[in-house]
Amino acid sequence: MTKVVRIAAGQGFWGDWLEAPYRQVTGGPIDYLMMDYLAEVTMSIMQKQKSRDPSLGYAKDFIPLMQRILPVLAQRKIKVTANAGGVNPTACAAAVAEAARGLGLQGKLKIGIVTGDNLLDRLDGLLALGHALANLDTGRPLRDVRDRVLSANAYLGAWPIVDALRQGADIVITGRVTDTGLTLAPLIQSFDWRPDAWDRMAAGTVAGHIIECGAQASGGNRLLDWQRVPDLANVGYPIVEAHADGSFEIVKHPKTGGRIDVPGVTEQLVYEMGDPAAYITPDCVADFTTIQLSQVRKDRVRVSGVRGKPATDKLKVSIAYSYGYKAVGTLVYSWPDALAKAEAADRILRQRLKDLKLSFEAIHTEFVGVDATHGPLARKARQAHDVPEVQLRIGVRAREQAPVDRFTREIAPLILNGPPSVTGFAGGRPKPEEIVAYWPALIDKQVVKPMVEMLAV
Amino acid sequence: MKKQLLAIAHARSGDKGDTANVGLIAKHPKYYPLLVKQVTAARVARHFKGMITGTVERFELPNLHALNFLLHGALDGGGTISLKTDAQGKVFSTALLRMVIEVSR
Repeated sequence: MTKVVRIAAGQGFWGDWLEAPYRQVTGGPIDYLMMDYLAEVTMSIMQKQKSRDPSLGYAKDFIPLMQRILPVLAQRKIKVTANAGGVNPTACAAAVAEAARGLGLQGKLKIGIVTGDNLLDRLDGLLALGHALANLDTGRPLRDVRDRVLSANAYLGAWPIVDALRQGADIVITGRVTDTGLTLAPLIQSFDWRPDAWDRMAAGTVAGHIIECGAQASGGNRLLDWQRVPDLANVGYPIVEAHADGSFEIVKHPKTGGRIDVPGVTEQLVYEMGDPAAYITPDCVADFTTIQLSQVRKDRVRVSGVRGKPATDKLKVSIAYSYGYKAVGTLVYSWPDALAKAEAADRILRQRLKDLKLSFEAIHTEFVGVDATHGPLARKARQAHDVPEVQLRIGVRAREQAPVDRFTREIAPLILNGPPSVTGFAGGRPKPEEIVAYWPALIDKQVVKPMVEMLAV
Repeated sequence: MKKQLLAIAHARSGDKGDTANVGLIAKHPKYYPLLVKQVTAARVARHFKGMITGTVERFELPNLHALNFLLHGALDGGGTISLKTDAQGKVFSTALLRMVIEVSR
């Protein structure tokens, strides 16, 4: 009963620190490396890549990363769970297998592939069967934007990953699986937890939530006493040390920077939180109001007491659709009267857009250095009118591309025909950007069929 | 005496669609009752007047000496739609810490 399972966070998002996974597998003992790659709109970017080239559609960085750490993984018997597969887990697994063969790891590695989350080809059938896939925020039925849908993926939970691990997978590559499922699955597998052990499911889910954003639980982006967090240049990413009873400790490797303490773990617990008593995942409903934290010693926080309730009969679906266009332009104004000059430029620009009879869904102005982060709350501060410089940042959004294109040509003229002391335009005209928006919905669990394939290298 | 929340609490914020969440955490358990009593959903809605278009919900986490606020309509549509610098609500946390409350000696 003294068995301890160590799960290390390697990536908190696609684009996170490339050194982190290598440091996690070499810096001390771990059993699993967990890597979260998928943010809400990532799937649509991957879907676009796949439509241009059917061999793409996954987190490409994952391949050179695996190439670098595969020899260590094989030597130290460390397993990997990662949702790097995006909309093409099979191609991602094939690329990893090829990298492994290049390293002479034939016969030494099994890759588990989790699919079944991708609903794009089934959408019309599901709608015809009466699944409205209504927007969770607005209540609108998906029918309204059906012709503009780019991707649709159900969030799978821990269980298909558990299946892959039980079949002997060393590396599990998934599509849209919940961030927390990547941590919960190795715990279920290691401790043989039952599906209806709701407190255990909730504990593993909380563990996953704490480490899914990487260093945000070990000293990164931490507000309290931030100046006293040591050596962030050498920050240690968080590691879960879990016990069979569902309790666990958050630690990091020795001789790394950062800090693991109760205030820091608390900051991460409340991050992106809804109703704390009902943190809903495919695997359970976790109650964050039952979590007990205690500082065991330096850089070691114990988490216990987590209670859970039965999972719901729904899965969340992440749908991406084409929304319209936007562009953001900036100019910098200097002292004296920096803010007044930027405000005058904003008024002039808005008048010109009006005179051109351009129609926008939104025009949004910020004065960076004065109100971009705290809006009117910051404007009340005394110093606002004596700042050394202000960046005027103005953005527009429209359903059509033409007005957005025209807007991008109205910034530069202000340099010579607007208020004085203006600079900072070396970047040239702003670029119009297509908006791919996020449409969250629910679907009956029973219509989604997770699948697990094994690929022997 | 009046004090800014910054003196007695810390916070982290994030997003879910067009909603920003702010987790407000007492620096010491003795300050938690002050937060519960004074930092009400209505007070937070007034604090963010002009910055959010929807309602404010509050949840209590006495185990963590923390309150969680959901600020609906805070992110100009949120995610990729938003034109805001802070499209993902990352610094609503520090904006809340500007609020002034009454702290007895």
